[in-house]
Amino acid sequence: MLERIVYNLVQVLVVVAFAPLIEGVVNRLKENLQSKAGPNIFQPYRDIWKLLHKDEIVSDQSSWVFRAAPYLAFAAPIFVALLIPVLTRYPLFFAFMGDMLGGGFVLALGGFFATLAAVDTANPYGPMGASRTRMVGFLAEPVFIVVFLTVSFVAGSTIPYIVQTKWIAPISNFFEPSHVLLMIAFLMLILAEDGRIPVDSPSGQFELAMIDRSKSLEYSGRGAALMKWAGVMKFFVLITIFLNVLVTPWGLAPEGSGGLGVAIAIPLVLLKVFAFVLVLVFIESSLAKLRLFRITEFLGAAFVTSVVAMITRLSDI
Amino acid sequence: MSSPEFPIIAALDALTGALFLLTALGVVATRQVLASLQLFILQSLLLSTSAFLLGIATRSIHLFAVAGITIATKTLLIPWLLRYTVSDEVYRTREVGRVLNIPISLLLSAVLVVVAYAIASPIMNAVEVPFARVNLPLGLAAMFLGAFTVAVRREAVPQLLGLLAVENGVFFAGVAIVPNLPVIAELAAAVDVPVVALVVGLLTRQIHRRLGTTSVGHLSALREH
Repeated sequence: MLERIVYNLVQVLVVVAFAPLIEGVVNRLKENLQSKAGPNIFQPYRDIWKLLHKDEIVSDQSSWVFRAAPYLAFAAPIFVALLIPVLTRYPLFFAFMGDMLGGGFVLALGGFFATLAAVDTANPYGPMGASRTRMVGFLAEPVFIVVFLTVSFVAGSTIPYIVQTKWIAPISNFFEPSHVLLMIAFLMLILAEDGRIPVDSPSGQFELAMIDRSKSLEYSGRGAALMKWAGVMKFFVLITIFLNVLVTPWGLAPEGSGGLGVAIAIPLVLLKVFAFVLVLVFIESSLAKLRLFRITEFLGAAFVTSVVAMITRLSDI
Repeated sequence: MSSPEFPIIAALDALTGALFLLTALGVVATRQVLASLQLFILQSLLLSTSAFLLGIATRSIHLFAVAGITIATKTLLIPWLLRYTVSDEVYRTREVGRVLNIPISLLLSAVLVVVAYAIASPIMNAVEVPFARVNLPLGLAAMFLGAFTVAVRREAVPQLLGLLAVENGVFFAGVAIVPNLPVIAELAAAVDVPVVALVVGLLTRQIHRRLGTTSVGHLSALREH
């Protein structure tokens, strides 16, 4: 009982501690692929450290929403990390506090406040980015729902710990058409939701073309650090859901392996995430950013893929 | 899955089927002419993979022949013919004129897949053929999507690719239902389909030379010179 609470907190600490590292690895690999030296993989930590020690400037035109948003955005992924299987194969203490839809709502709440804060500043680029994020968001929402519906229909449960064991029970389940299609749809969803390249350019500095990043333009000091950290944590949480629940629940600590199992699972999970990051960097480097109104086509394709996955699954019963 | 004695082959065949359907969706939705040609090549490769896997499972030499003929004609000969006859300018075209825009045609494709499953499920329950559970509905769906491609595209080459995708879908369903028949049909198609591709390719070349476009939407009325 007590140890499950401890493991659950360890899980959250892993997400908080290693999320910036993943971002650093993504940036480094992307630059390497373009034959550049690239920044140090620990650069995001330094950025966050630097920002935490700087003065924070808040516009006197803004309201409490602007001040509260970084904390809410920072808390949301931490909260979700309590619910999802990051390190263990067996459910931990808080696992039944909320299901996948609950986790989705919590993540969306953080995003919602970030959007409100962007509108609150009255900086011309903030509301523009906010409305574009909402556009991407409402196109991504049906895909989310169909993917979760199908997954929980297969498992007979919406708790991620129970879902994850279903796809590998006999190994042939892994190659089911519906599973492969779901993976593809969710991968497209991660790209859209985190503002990765076919949808948005994460390294772009041009405010008119930004979608996701322009929401935190007005933040400085601690607010900026928290927003940045929250962004990378959300990315880490999405990757973890993708890898541990939908794709490969391998390398997690099995039931009864105790603290040692959890300790071994940390490097294994990180290794898995790095492997995924390689794929992601390859996708990002080989595609061009889509025009704003082509995003509907991209997410439309994701939606149709997920619907086809659902149909193949439903008719197979 | 339907074939308990070959779980791995059944699983791989299912994977092939999923990717087969995705390429069919891609042929409907891609904007570039060259990309849809490449997707068609990929689809044909997946078809021959499925035929090969089923050949292993049912120990049918005919299906290996089907796989070989498919690779020879549909991934090598037809793409070569199309590239050779139709000028490069057509393949560089980005904006293919479409009857419906991409999101709507994708949504209609999803409906077509539902219809394919609805039609296939009573047949699947009636016949006890291994692998039909995967190949029959997905083949039917690819067939519908190919026909839909012909309806929704306005350029000549993608329309031809839609026709060929219909053929791929028929074979994808066929290899599972009648493992011994399709070699004759496939041999006939091996001669037939490249000729169709050649004729359409040459026709497209002429149209393109005369009009500077391959958009067949303009060809709705006859006119004397």
